Amino acid sequence: VKLVKSDEAPVQEMEQAEGEETEKKSESGPCFPPTFSVSEIKNKQRRHSMFLKLKEEKRKQKLELKKKKKKERKALGDKAPPKEVPKTIENQRIYDETTVNPEDEEVAFDEGTDEFSAYFNRLTNPKVLITTSDRPRGRTVRFCEQLATVIPHAHVYYRRGLALKRVIPQCVSRGFTYLMVINEDRKVPNGLVLCHLPDGPTAHFKVSNVRLRKEMKRRGKDPTEHVPEVILNNFTTRLGHSIGRMFAALFPHDPQFVGRQVATFHNQRDFIFFRFHRYIFKNEKKVGIQELGPRFTLKLRSLQKGTFDSKFGEYEWVHKRHEMDSSRRKFHL
Amino acid sequence: MAAKSQICSVWLGSETGILKGVSLTKKQAFNFCEMSCMSRDQEVCVMAWGDPHESEVLVGSVNGTVKTFSTDKGIFTATRECGDPSQGRFTGLAVTDSSMITCVESGLLKVWKEGSTETAEVNVGNGVCRMQQNQSQRHRVATGGKENPLKVWDLERPDKPIFTAKNVAHDWLDMRVPVWVRDIGFIPDSDKIVTCTGHHQVCVYDPSTPQRRPVLEAQFGEYPLTALSLPASQGTVVVGNSHGELAILDLRKGLVCGCLKGLAGAVRGLQCHPSLPLVASCGLDRFLRVHSLEDRSLQHKVYLKSRLNCVLLSSRELESSNADVSGDVEEVKAEEEEDEVWDTMETVTEKSKKRAAQKDKATATGVDGEKKRKLIKKKVM
Repeated sequence: VKLVKSDEAPVQEMEQAEGEETEKKSESGPCFPPTFSVSEIKNKQRRHSMFLKLKEEKRKQKLELKKKKKKERKALGDKAPPKEVPKTIENQRIYDETTVNPEDEEVAFDEGTDEFSAYFNRLTNPKVLITTSDRPRGRTVRFCEQLATVIPHAHVYYRRGLALKRVIPQCVSRGFTYLMVINEDRKVPNGLVLCHLPDGPTAHFKVSNVRLRKEMKRRGKDPTEHVPEVILNNFTTRLGHSIGRMFAALFPHDPQFVGRQVATFHNQRDFIFFRFHRYIFKNEKKVGIQELGPRFTLKLRSLQKGTFDSKFGEYEWVHKRHEMDSSRRKFHL
Repeated sequence: MAAKSQICSVWLGSETGILKGVSLTKKQAFNFCEMSCMSRDQEVCVMAWGDPHESEVLVGSVNGTVKTFSTDKGIFTATRECGDPSQGRFTGLAVTDSSMITCVESGLLKVWKEGSTETAEVNVGNGVCRMQQNQSQRHRVATGGKENPLKVWDLERPDKPIFTAKNVAHDWLDMRVPVWVRDIGFIPDSDKIVTCTGHHQVCVYDPSTPQRRPVLEAQFGEYPLTALSLPASQGTVVVGNSHGELAILDLRKGLVCGCLKGLAGAVRGLQCHPSLPLVASCGLDRFLRVHSLEDRSLQHKVYLKSRLNCVLLSSRELESSNADVSGDVEEVKAEEEEDEVWDTMETVTEKSKKRAAQKDKATATGVDGEKKRKLIKKKVM
């Protein structure tokens, strides 16, 4: 209350100094000249209190408006105009011209004959080698073990400081189709290099928000050996398609529905969220799910054509922050 | 088909074997392919103009065939078997008066004469990455590759190269600098040759001097330079690397003038327009981009659904620039007409204008005078 009084006093002085005749009618507060803004008050406490008052007023106006609209809507009943859809970044997304049209022949041919065609034509079965950067700490090791339970036919090997360019020909000769390298920094996994083996593309991801099994609340029992189903959400552009196919080729073709397990790769705003669930249909319309398994987020940093060769390889897509992240509504996957 | 191909000013070869023509003025892209052409072994490796009038495009594929496409008729007119895939991909294609020159990765350079099946063969060494023809002296050809230094061959005397480049001196660790010539360009109006290497160097050689080492060596970036092109204005070169960075380098000092932004994937093909300051680039990110060299801005960007390997620019770009020029001329004429209209009207208030002008002059001198006095004062101080 004291603050309010001291506010009004200097405000009146200001008014007198400016010499404007602002009549105090039945208004609650003093009238300010139209060019006045809260930031002009030099005193921090008074400025803060003025700002809070302003916010309170705005909030009141907003609530009044809402009430009014609700009343009008009720009054009109059936004739009311449809509810306005709020703008979100997803529905304001700038249309990407590389969005794949499902009827496009050229893109279909391109996808039908690319490096994953051997998998999608059922000529090869996936076999994944999971390893880490050199000398991993406990968290990364446990993450790799859990990933190996989630991905069927996955084998974890200790890195032993070996060069990837030498590991790759050995993997190819032993029939592996994927090489997955989890990079660790400061005792936490932060990067993933996914290399499709015969001569396929190499994707480099940034990994964040890794949750191991014991950190997950209300989780189910450990995943079984059944082949899970795979869900790939929202990979719409050409680049998104390539990455989606890369993830799909990690898992064997025929999921075992008996196991009721599903791995989801959900793309939203260029972040790929991985979740692993077990589902059960209670009746035809209701499903219960339990989350098992690790949970992590990926963001694509680069897609390189050919096997891992960061110095001399040719990149199909590189994330360039200053050019690509300038708009909040533009996404690439 | 003919109408479509006649308006195209940029031609691109893709990995799916489709020849694409793009008309930048009409902002349309067309696919030209034969009946059963879409297959990976028809992947286009090299493209070249079949004749100086740019009415024919020669397209070389991975399976060793060279197809001729007529831009007037809009169809492939001829196919020629020029080698087999075991010798590697085509790395260069060129046309002289009556013959076609092809070079493959294994180093076999063949000259195919029109009408006859005999070929003159030259072995230029293993691991060739590029073969390029000198546009002013069409019988001279340069080749280079991985651990295969730049060699200039004269096809009239094909037994020995006219010029073989020598490697640069050992670096600061006294180690041999590896050689990997990725792309070659002949500088017009001189004997010099520019190369870009997989070790992010740009080297300029001058065969007319006794020095076989590069005359100029410049570095750009940290990734292999994959393509090079010389613009119409002398003294600069445009290079692209495998990370999608395009740069304009100055050949007098060896410094980077500026970078062209926008590419996300490796640059596979780069070509500058023969007369306008434009450069077309294509690469693994499936886009064709045309940048202007003066202000380094993006002029056109076209999404073409396959990965692109090579690009050819025709001189036909002049259509769009002609339209702009005529527009400017019209505007200038309109302004002149307006001036005439104003001049015919009587000028009123001339006296006040004169007085105002005199006043301005006086104030100007006054201001200048004061400034001069201040300067004098300062100098004295």
